[in-house]
Amino acid sequence: VSSKFVAGGAVIALALAYLIYAGVTQSAVYFVTPSELAAAPTAGKAYRLGGLVAPGSVRWEAKTLDLRFTLTDGKSTVMVRHTGTPPDLFGEGRGAVVEGQWAPGGYFKATLILAKHSEDYTAPTEGRETGYRELFKSLRKPDS
Amino acid sequence: MIPELGQGMLLVALGLALWGAGTAAAGAATRRPALVASAQHAALSVFALLTLAFALLTYAFLAFDFSVRYVATNTNLGTPFYYRITGVWGALEGSIILWSWMLGLYTVILLVRQRERARELYPWALAVMLAVLAFFLSVMTIAAPPFARLSPVPVNGRGLNPLLEDTGMITHPIALYLGFTGFTVPFAFAVAALATGRVGDAWLGLTRRWSITAWYFLSLGLLIGGWWSYHVLGWGGYWAWDPVENAAFMPWLTGTAFLHSVMIQERRRMLKLWNVALVILTFSLTLFGTFLTRSGIIASVHAFTQGAVGVFFLTFLALVVLVSLGLLAWRWDALGAQGELDSVVSRESAFLLNNVFLVAAAFTVFFGTVFPLVSEAARGVKVSVGAPFFNQVNVPLFLALVFLMGVGPLIAWRRASRENLRRNFLWPVTVGTVAAAAGWALGIRSALAALALALTTFVAATIALDFTRATRARLRAGERLLPAMGGLLRFHNRRYGGFVVHLGILVIVAGVTGSQAWSVQTEATLQVGETTGLGGYRIRFDGLDSREESNHVRVWGTFTVTGGGSRPTVMQPSKKFYPQETSPIAGVDYRVGLVEDLYLVLGDFTRDGRQATVKVQVNRLVTWIWIGGAVLTLGAALALLPERRRMA
Repeated sequence: VSSKFVAGGAVIALALAYLIYAGVTQSAVYFVTPSELAAAPTAGKAYRLGGLVAPGSVRWEAKTLDLRFTLTDGKSTVMVRHTGTPPDLFGEGRGAVVEGQWAPGGYFKATLILAKHSEDYTAPTEGRETGYRELFKSLRKPDS
Repeated sequence: MIPELGQGMLLVALGLALWGAGTAAAGAATRRPALVASAQHAALSVFALLTLAFALLTYAFLAFDFSVRYVATNTNLGTPFYYRITGVWGALEGSIILWSWMLGLYTVILLVRQRERARELYPWALAVMLAVLAFFLSVMTIAAPPFARLSPVPVNGRGLNPLLEDTGMITHPIALYLGFTGFTVPFAFAVAALATGRVGDAWLGLTRRWSITAWYFLSLGLLIGGWWSYHVLGWGGYWAWDPVENAAFMPWLTGTAFLHSVMIQERRRMLKLWNVALVILTFSLTLFGTFLTRSGIIASVHAFTQGAVGVFFLTFLALVVLVSLGLLAWRWDALGAQGELDSVVSRESAFLLNNVFLVAAAFTVFFGTVFPLVSEAARGVKVSVGAPFFNQVNVPLFLALVFLMGVGPLIAWRRASRENLRRNFLWPVTVGTVAAAAGWALGIRSALAALALALTTFVAATIALDFTRATRARLRAGERLLPAMGGLLRFHNRRYGGFVVHLGILVIVAGVTGSQAWSVQTEATLQVGETTGLGGYRIRFDGLDSREESNHVRVWGTFTVTGGGSRPTVMQPSKKFYPQETSPIAGVDYRVGLVEDLYLVLGDFTRDGRQATVKVQVNRLVTWIWIGGAVLTLGAALALLPERRRMA
């Protein structure tokens, strides 16, 4: 009986090792900066690209849900395209992390834009308060 | 003055906990009851001091005492009353106070209930509980003092993380921490068993209900966390394999393994070493989970960056593991098995496999969670594995576990004969096969969904078969139907409680499978009056509106939904703008149903209010996950009733 259990255990261990190996090779995501990606882009490989959304680079077509922008790390820039609404935390001059693949057309096709939440202490500033008030007012009178 | 008083109480509590741990251990080793009595007084005082400190921190929140840094960071003048109370445990320092308070509560319950019943093991268990308490108190006095002052005192606080302004955040941490801290008690008794050399069944009997309680609260915490994620975060999912979800899931997996493996030891005197090791592993994983959450080494939505706390937890974790391993080595000879496995086809094997798969699942979750750290350290490349990895590896394991859930409770001990297998499994296998075939005929084309359907109906059929058979036996003995069923549940509450928990898990499996296989979503930008459609629904955009709430500005879209077999309804997903946050928070609107939920998230909009982007999801069978949680609660409650001796 004990040999059967040993054999069974070995089969399970091998199956598990295979599952893990296959899982890692198929779903590994490589963390890169714009410079690293620009240096050696490989089509079909899954990347997580982190950088700063270059000021003035965001193009958002609400009708077609087409979002384009460039991510930069100061040395290189990468053009990113995404289908969908920009997430709440997204904005020019802010950091962003996108997940996706390098497309043959020479741009980064993002399937996911990651929302990063800042836990830093920031006291409410006058500027931002008024920014929201303005938004609030503009929505109160939709026809003005 | 009050904050200094609170911090002082924590310091005194630390001293008392250390004293208590020392005297309890000394009293146990030298068999001097006076020392143990002193430790008991210390334990009661620690709990009283923790309660007072917790009350003082709550008072600081209610009184807007922004001179306390923790209060200023987690509340502001606009924070509503309820969230000022829940805000107390909304971040690191307060959550550790809550954690310690619960640990203190468990210690007191242990003291009251087991002081007389477990004379040998109890003093050691008390020493371990107090030592763990001393660790958490040292975190609160050195690394993360909740009453630390802030200078200069701000006029207003920063405010609670808006994502935490939700009823789920009242219950989720409480349930989760009751689960986490609950596993300290079985661990304490395991250490006591090792220390005294009484590694037999006594400690298992004493901790059975403690383990079920801890397991139940941990399950509840995970489910509430999923529910919160589903209705607050606005991505339409309930589980993301986020490092912190994983951190709570790992002890759940090993804890589940433990609940099952104890039955083998009780019945067959086997797996003594394994059981002790599982409890130690489960407790260590709760610490590891806290370390992951609180150290910020892995990016996560839950991460609070606090370096010093991470070092504390890692040191304590290393200490726990080392001491436990030392004790295990010391008692190695006593931990050998008395019984042995007779056949591969037996209940022992089924339980053993269940344990192997559960621990394997815990290992893969651990592997995937720490993979980025390991790959960066080993190869210098930062690589992570996401949800696809966890799904791919765990789904086969979980399906195998569901199958075993049907086999384990019915298959014979020692060696199952052909006759035993036929008698117990012919019907359930037929039911499962027919269900899968029917599902296929009705249009289920996902192989995974068909397999899940076959397995869940198979398991449900084994439970029904067992219950019917037992009821019939009682009817033959002359009982009536309802008293017979009630008697079964009451006098065999452990077995049938377990079955009800299994039913709950089956319902959850159905919900998870359905939502993964059949949910659909779309996103559209609409002008006022325009319509989009999904899954038989028509969604018309009627306009945007806004209002100023106590601590934020809310902008909402009005959408009229028709179709889906019900009258037109209005749904209003929103975005909430908090002054202290750089970006808005989504306010999901969803219509819950047994078959499907309609789920709307407001995206981008124009300032004139004429145009808005909306994300529409039809999430199928998700509600069954929450229903499964309710079933699981009933089962756990049934299993927790005191065991009654059969009276004929």
